[in-house]
Amino acid sequence: MTAIAPGTTPSSSPRSSAARARLLRSLLPALSLALVLLAIAWLNPRAISYFGFSLMLNLAIPIALATIAQMFVIAGNELDLSIGTFVGFVGCVTATWLKDAPLLGVVVLLGSIGVYALLGALIHLRNLPSIVVTLGMSFVWQGLAILVLPKPGGKAPDWLLGLMAFKPPFIPFPIIAALVIAAVVHFGLMRTSYGVILRGSGGNPAALRRAGWSLLRTKIVLFALTGLFGVLSGMALIGITTSADANIGNGYTLLAIAGVILGGGEFVGGRVSPIGAVLGALTLALAASPLLTFMHIPPDWQVAANGAILIIVLAARVLISRRER
Amino acid sequence: MPEANTDIIRLNGAEKHFGAVRALNGVDFHVVSGECVGLVGHNGAGKSTLMHMVAGTLRPDGGEIAVRGNAEIDYSVARALKLGIRCVFQELSLCPNLSIAENTRISHPALTGLGWRRKAANLIAAKLDEIFPDHGISADDIAGDLSIGRRQMVEVARAFTVTGDPLDLVILDEPTSSLDAHTAGQLLAFVRRFVAGGGSCILISHVLGEVLQNADRIVVMRDGKVVATDAAKAFDRDRLVATMGGAEAREKIAAEIAAARPAAGPLRVRARPERQQDGKELVAHAGEIIGLAGLAGHGQTDLLLAIFKAAQRARTGIEVTAPVALVAGDRQSDGIFPQWSIAENIGIRSLARLRKGLLISPRREAELAEFWKQKIGIRTPDMTNNIFSLSGGNQQKALFARALGSDAEIVLMDDPMRGVDIGTKLEVYDLVREEAAKGRTFLWYTTETEELDNCDHIHVFKNGRIVANLTRDELTEEKIIQSSFGDAA
Amino acid sequence: MALLRTLVAKPWIWSFLGALLVWLATISFTGGYGGGGMVTAALSLAVFTVIVGVGQMFVITLGPGNVDLSLPANIGLASAVAMKVMGGSDSMIVVGLLAALACGAAIGAVNYLLIWALRIPPIIATLSASFIIQSIDISYGRGLQIKPPPGFADFANWQILGIPVLAILTVLFTIAAAIALQRMIYGRSVLAIGQNIRAAWLAGVNVGRTRFLTYTLSGALGGIDGALLAGYFRGANVDIGNEYLLASIAVVVIGGTSVAGGKANVPGVWGAALFLVLLLTMLNTFGVSAGVRLLLTGLIIVGVITVAGGEKALR
Repeated sequence: MTAIAPGTTPSSSPRSSAARARLLRSLLPALSLALVLLAIAWLNPRAISYFGFSLMLNLAIPIALATIAQMFVIAGNELDLSIGTFVGFVGCVTATWLKDAPLLGVVVLLGSIGVYALLGALIHLRNLPSIVVTLGMSFVWQGLAILVLPKPGGKAPDWLLGLMAFKPPFIPFPIIAALVIAAVVHFGLMRTSYGVILRGSGGNPAALRRAGWSLLRTKIVLFALTGLFGVLSGMALIGITTSADANIGNGYTLLAIAGVILGGGEFVGGRVSPIGAVLGALTLALAASPLLTFMHIPPDWQVAANGAILIIVLAARVLISRRER
Repeated sequence: MPEANTDIIRLNGAEKHFGAVRALNGVDFHVVSGECVGLVGHNGAGKSTLMHMVAGTLRPDGGEIAVRGNAEIDYSVARALKLGIRCVFQELSLCPNLSIAENTRISHPALTGLGWRRKAANLIAAKLDEIFPDHGISADDIAGDLSIGRRQMVEVARAFTVTGDPLDLVILDEPTSSLDAHTAGQLLAFVRRFVAGGGSCILISHVLGEVLQNADRIVVMRDGKVVATDAAKAFDRDRLVATMGGAEAREKIAAEIAAARPAAGPLRVRARPERQQDGKELVAHAGEIIGLAGLAGHGQTDLLLAIFKAAQRARTGIEVTAPVALVAGDRQSDGIFPQWSIAENIGIRSLARLRKGLLISPRREAELAEFWKQKIGIRTPDMTNNIFSLSGGNQQKALFARALGSDAEIVLMDDPMRGVDIGTKLEVYDLVREEAAKGRTFLWYTTETEELDNCDHIHVFKNGRIVANLTRDELTEEKIIQSSFGDAA
Repeated sequence: MALLRTLVAKPWIWSFLGALLVWLATISFTGGYGGGGMVTAALSLAVFTVIVGVGQMFVITLGPGNVDLSLPANIGLASAVAMKVMGGSDSMIVVGLLAALACGAAIGAVNYLLIWALRIPPIIATLSASFIIQSIDISYGRGLQIKPPPGFADFANWQILGIPVLAILTVLFTIAAAIALQRMIYGRSVLAIGQNIRAAWLAGVNVGRTRFLTYTLSGALGGIDGALLAGYFRGANVDIGNEYLLASIAVVVIGGTSVAGGKANVPGVWGAALFLVLLLTMLNTFGVSAGVRLLLTGLIIVGVITVAGGEKALR
């Protein structure tokens, strides 16, 4: 044994193990998705095909977009309980005004993103709990949705229908869309220099302020991004379902939160992962219905199976992280 | 050379009030280029408030600020940064979720555009290499994964990196509080090089030796005022302590400890670190004060926490025979309940004893608080005030009161004197020895070698193991450093 | 003047003021007609929100991320269990109530088990659990159309001098909850954990037991609430608890409890519950459409929280 230079060895091993645990954690969303895919392949091998994926991942795009939307507010230590009804509101606008009076539709949708930005400012300036503000906003969006479209109906604009029905060769459209969404958001949030500031605002806001950054601005940007992706989600949803209903997005609030968490995100501390969030959304989209139909689960228990899958995936995650420790 | 022209910053008659408390009471303060100003004073003397003003994070209620002779009307952090004035704050200000390179980007608005990540990584790596040659930190490490000492190293290095803005004055507020002696030495050597190269520094430290050896000029604060300012050579330790006021000379300790101790009582703790391979273990009896020494982050805290857990549920390898209480060193994350009063913060460890029937008795809670207010000297008009109305040192006293006021016979101390002023320290040392004489057992992890004077036995830790076991008579700084750095003894 | 100042400093005063304003607005619209009846009705309905609100308050006080999303499913299942056990017979009322209590407590305990064993955020744990409970309820309650025993329905609707007896009992219960919060080890432990869970552990607080008790308590209150709701509305159904997810969270926060944890407010839960119920009554009295009613409800919640101002964690 020779003498070791001071300062090099101490505590380097716990650090590298922390880094390894983090790496494994970041692989978990992909692993969960693979597991669900394996289960599907085992139960119904024919599902693993171009057509099968197009069908199973039908609703994956709007779910992924809503999850990304939720992820932005979570990155700033906030939570949006209104994203579901907001997606529904956007859906109603898309199926009515955007088709009949495109200019008005565009203005309304841009305005709604503006409302999100204002909410961010309000929450920051008045130091409000976002849970309550967005809880209130969930009523607002739902009320507006009912006013825009009192009865289910409307029709998506043709260009949107055409886009969502796009059938590229070899790889189904939802997969390509998910890849594009993940890549774009990952670059924007994780690789750009302002993305660092946005994530830092969740990690240590006081330090950010002391370094001369405006927390008001980061909050506005994060909320506006949530609004933007909420709009995209609502439009994508209507592009698939072709018509709207004021309650169409209600389930997305909890789904989006679950997606962010499945994707390895945490509620506080600015720890989020866009790629993980998209993977989490895909896992949920897959686990939501097709799996259950293959498994012949009676309709009474479909909701339960949803919860069970969530629990099983999270339990697997715990087991893997625990072994690493 | 006319001094006015070389002023970096000058404050005249700076005042600041927090509610009824006068934190600063008309302070004149300046720094000229190429000097290192040492700033000393007890906690609550106003040092941090003054520095927040220099850094632009607090606005004075009265007085003027001038930078390089130009009066600043709308002084702010952004303005200070632009003028080349930076601060390493006492509270760690890294984002734990970001990498070291990304954290560097946060303090440099100029780091943007293509390739900013590589630029940021190179920048911080070069500065770390320059200050702490054997740092072992990678720019890709996530800040939250690093030990507190390494985070502090990053923070210091980050403050000295230069991109767009100039760098003339760096405020170092307790920069060595989480560093071991070796790293602290590297930092202070760098500060001297920086100052020799024409830069300026303000050095705040409770380790008076650091200030005496490294500062050119020393400013002493007391009760929100500057009470003395003079060349560092004009001060020695005794004069500094006397000027700061309040604390008695340290020799008292040595004399008192030298007095014979009663023989140790029954066994209280027997513990072996998880990674220990030989037969060494920590043994503590009633009435003993056991020191845990060594470089910061080498398993001392882990062993204390293991003992704490073992008191709740039996664990292999650790024997604990009496109730345990812990005094946290990291007050904000491990100790303080921010919404509560001082009294509630003290009472939380003793709720069962404060009950009358099923309910907690407010009278008993107040009595407990009042007793410790007198005994440990918590400086506050009212123990029902919020805990944050206290200065840092007094908050730490409240945490001591929480542990000592409980039924615990074993008190674990996790480097609790980190960043605490010397007056508070001396008072607490007395109390610890008094309580030990009554039969309490103390396990005391400290990064400050002089505190080990208070201990009966000292265990030196390295890489999660006990590498040496010294009695107080054998204790010298050299021995500890030797054990900390050398091969396994 | 000093009294006024201390009152204004209390966060819960705003919710009561809001309730008063809404009530005044409504009776000025009706020309003073039905003001008393409105208060009686509001008290009767507010009780159900207060009971789950108190449970939710303890959970939310445990700190960021702690919230019980399983309450609606819990209420639905417990109401079915209570009605089935009572079987329409007055002699089984107490047994039925105990069954609902046990059912709710079991759900709460399972919630905590998931949080503890899987180390997942409570939002996700209670959400997953609620999916499963919902299915159990659908399966168990299929074709269940049992009415409550007449004695139980009468009890749930019983009034003395225009004051619902349930409201009186609930006031007593909330007083007990307020005492438990400030003066019992359990309450202090909840507050300590909510402020800083690690510091609480290091200060000797039994973190695991306190969190377990809190989720079990929230579940048990949900269970009791389900049984009472079924009695009040004279029948159980799967959707009976649906509105109580948002309502339970809303009353806690409007009532002045900090969502950052560590600071709770019991009277505020009452004020906020009355405010929300009276608000709905007002909008119904004005005869607005469903869309406008939702829109206004939302705007008022946002408005109230904006005016009252929030207090987040110090960080």
